[in-house]
Amino acid sequence: MNINILYFARIKESVNYSSENLDLPSDVKTVTALKNHLSLRGENWANLFNGKQVVRAAINHTLVDDLAAINAGDEVAFFPPVTGG
Amino acid sequence: MRLAEHANQDVANNASNIGALVSFVGQVRDMNDGDSINTLTLEHYPEMTEKALLGIESEAKNRWDIIGSLIIHRVGTLKPLDQIVLVAVTSAHRGEAFKACEFIMDYLKTSAPFWKKESTNQGERWVDAKLSDDAAKARWK
Repeated sequence: MNINILYFARIKESVNYSSENLDLPSDVKTVTALKNHLSLRGENWANLFNGKQVVRAAINHTLVDDLAAINAGDEVAFFPPVTGG
Repeated sequence: MRLAEHANQDVANNASNIGALVSFVGQVRDMNDGDSINTLTLEHYPEMTEKALLGIESEAKNRWDIIGSLIIHRVGTLKPLDQIVLVAVTSAHRGEAFKACEFIMDYLKTSAPFWKKESTNQGERWVDAKLSDDAAKARWK
C-alpha cells in the first residue's frame, strides 16, 4: 500500500527528509513495523528509531501509539515531543 | 510571519452576558539555559495544529462554562520580546475564564505540534520538551 510520511523538527534534520511518498511491503501494517522498515535504510534511520529518543507518531493528524494500524492513503508523521507556547 | 489561529467564538464580541475576559500572552525571553537568545524559530505541522487547537478549545468548553475563546500562535522566526502566543477566554464570571485559559495553555504546550529552535552565539539548538510542562498538564486529569 501507498502512504505519505512527514518528518518534523530535529527528526526532519536527522534523516534529511521533510516528506515522502512510500510503497510499503504488505507486512508493514503498524507504526512499529513502519519504524522497523525505515530503520533498514541506514545508521541515521536506525538510530532515530532505536528507542533512545522519543519519537511521536501521528496518523492523519491524530497522535497515535506504536501499535496503531496504518492503512493505504494515510498521512503518517514522525516528530519529537512538542515545545510550543 | 504566519499564524496558526483558532477561535470558537469572537472573544471581542459585545455579548452582554460576558463578565470576564482573561488573556495570556507568551513572549520570547532573551536567555535560556544560561545562553543569550538571538532568535527563536517555531516550526509547526499546520493541519495537525489546527485539529489540536480545535480539540483543546472544545475540551475547555466542555469543562468550564465559557462563552468564547481565541488562540493565536505565531510561527517562523521571532526575536526576544516578540509575542509567541495569545490565549483569550470570555465567561460570565472570572473563575471559569481563569481556569480555562490556564488549561488551554497547559494543553497547547504539551499537545499542539509546534517545535522551537533557538539561535544563540554557540549556534542553533532544538528546545527539549520539559517534564514540568507534562506535570502542568497532568493537574487537569
